[in-house]
Amino acid sequence: MFMIFGIPGPLLFGQLLLGLINGAFYALLSLGLAVIFGLLNIVNFAHGALFMMGAFCAWMLLEYLGIGYWWSLLLAPIIIGAFGILLEKTLISRLYKLDHLYGLLLTFGLAMVIEGLFRNQYGSSGLPYRIPPSLQGATDLGFMFMPNYRGWVVVAAAIVCFTTWALIERTRLGALLRAATENAPLVQSFGVNVPRMVTLTYGAGVGLAAFAGVLAAPIYSVNPNMGSNFIIVVFAVVVIGGMGSILGSIVTGFGLGVVEGLTKVFYPQASSTVIFVVMAIVLLIRPAGLFGRI
Amino acid sequence: MREMLAVSGLNAWYGESHILHGVDFRIDEGEVVTLLGRNGAGKTTTMKSIMGLVPRRAGSIRFSGTETIGLRPDRIARLGIGFCPEERGIFASLDVTENLMLPPVIAPGGLSIDEIHELFPNLKERARSPGTKLSGGEQQMLAIARILRTGARLLLLDEPTEGLAPVIVQQIGRTIREIKKRGFTVLLVEQNFQFAATVADRHYVMEHGRIIDMIANADLAASTDRLHAYLGV
Repeated sequence: MFMIFGIPGPLLFGQLLLGLINGAFYALLSLGLAVIFGLLNIVNFAHGALFMMGAFCAWMLLEYLGIGYWWSLLLAPIIIGAFGILLEKTLISRLYKLDHLYGLLLTFGLAMVIEGLFRNQYGSSGLPYRIPPSLQGATDLGFMFMPNYRGWVVVAAAIVCFTTWALIERTRLGALLRAATENAPLVQSFGVNVPRMVTLTYGAGVGLAAFAGVLAAPIYSVNPNMGSNFIIVVFAVVVIGGMGSILGSIVTGFGLGVVEGLTKVFYPQASSTVIFVVMAIVLLIRPAGLFGRI
Repeated sequence: MREMLAVSGLNAWYGESHILHGVDFRIDEGEVVTLLGRNGAGKTTTMKSIMGLVPRRAGSIRFSGTETIGLRPDRIARLGIGFCPEERGIFASLDVTENLMLPPVIAPGGLSIDEIHELFPNLKERARSPGTKLSGGEQQMLAIARILRTGARLLLLDEPTEGLAPVIVQQIGRTIREIKKRGFTVLLVEQNFQFAATVADRHYVMEHGRIIDMIANADLAASTDRLHAYLGV
């Protein structure tokens, strides 16, 4: 067995892959948060609960309707995204003229209510969701064995992140979104229906969370707390990347996943704190975050 | 001439402050009309009220016969009004072309990109620069250019010459005369009435949130003393 820095290679690469997978979820979730924060100025604390709903949606589609993984990957973001649109229309849209704090309270409360309802119905021990047959098994990469499903998660997340980035930075729709993030009333005075754009953006951000939820379902057991386990780290990622920065959340998401994975190898005791240490250092040096505008 | 905009009894508030106290004026199709007045007279608030950007307003604003007082800004814009704000509102995260193409086309009859580049050659040369990397004059041209291509018939220009070099002010003057020739109607907020006199047909004078006088451009020379008293210059 070969060694790197006194660590067996397969162990190092294994943790690196685990880090990349966690990073994929951080990136997908913080991307949605960044888009929502940019346009709505709301820190969406319900994001973790909506991620969990995405996973449950996939589980229910399979359990009750026999709809498999691939269709769920498409349907769950649409269904949960529509639920997000409903939330925005009925509740969140009432808060835009108020202090940030109200948005935080509302979405935090929503998260607790949603998680509570699922816990009440399904318990908190977790429900199994099988890896789709086409992604079962592992591939020998020469230096390690990679479970196919985990490789797929990293690739799928990277593709979705890149597509979202390109949509926002390279298209007319994205230009409208960027402009509205800077000065929504002016964009509206050009004849753009900004309230509808805000609603759809929230729906899209929620859809990203639900997509991440479906990806996560076969890896972690589907349980009501799966979102809250992630969401605290994801908020740290958003702060480190720079609030509202699209590229920042993608790069920081994957990057911090890897940092966390490597810490597990070299100094396991610090693995759950390392991200917050990074956050403190970044905030000291660049208060607006790595990619944020001051 | 056909009436394009008729404002009557317009009141507007920002929170508790009552800014406009019954503004009345009208603009006919094809006219260039200015709002003159000191700082704080309510000129910008009048423009924002027309655009629907003031949180609370009352009275009547009729555009081509349609009452707009209760409409959202995007609905008002779609009736055919283009707005160029005082702070110019160029977006930093968009390049020059993206800024130019941002406002959706709302009606036929706007200028083509070639015509805009002919009027403002700088915008073509700097197409890929971030919007806010342009000079103040270029940003002002960009802010005017982007509402020329949408097909809006009434253009609201809020202090387009503010803080600009004389040569740029002249260029903006030429642009306003050119768009008037093409049949656009313009409402111009100005502090600089020497400039206003070179482009406008009529001038309304505002004070304390009301229109207090109207001077036709032809009478401006005879009314200089009156105007000096109003504007305190």
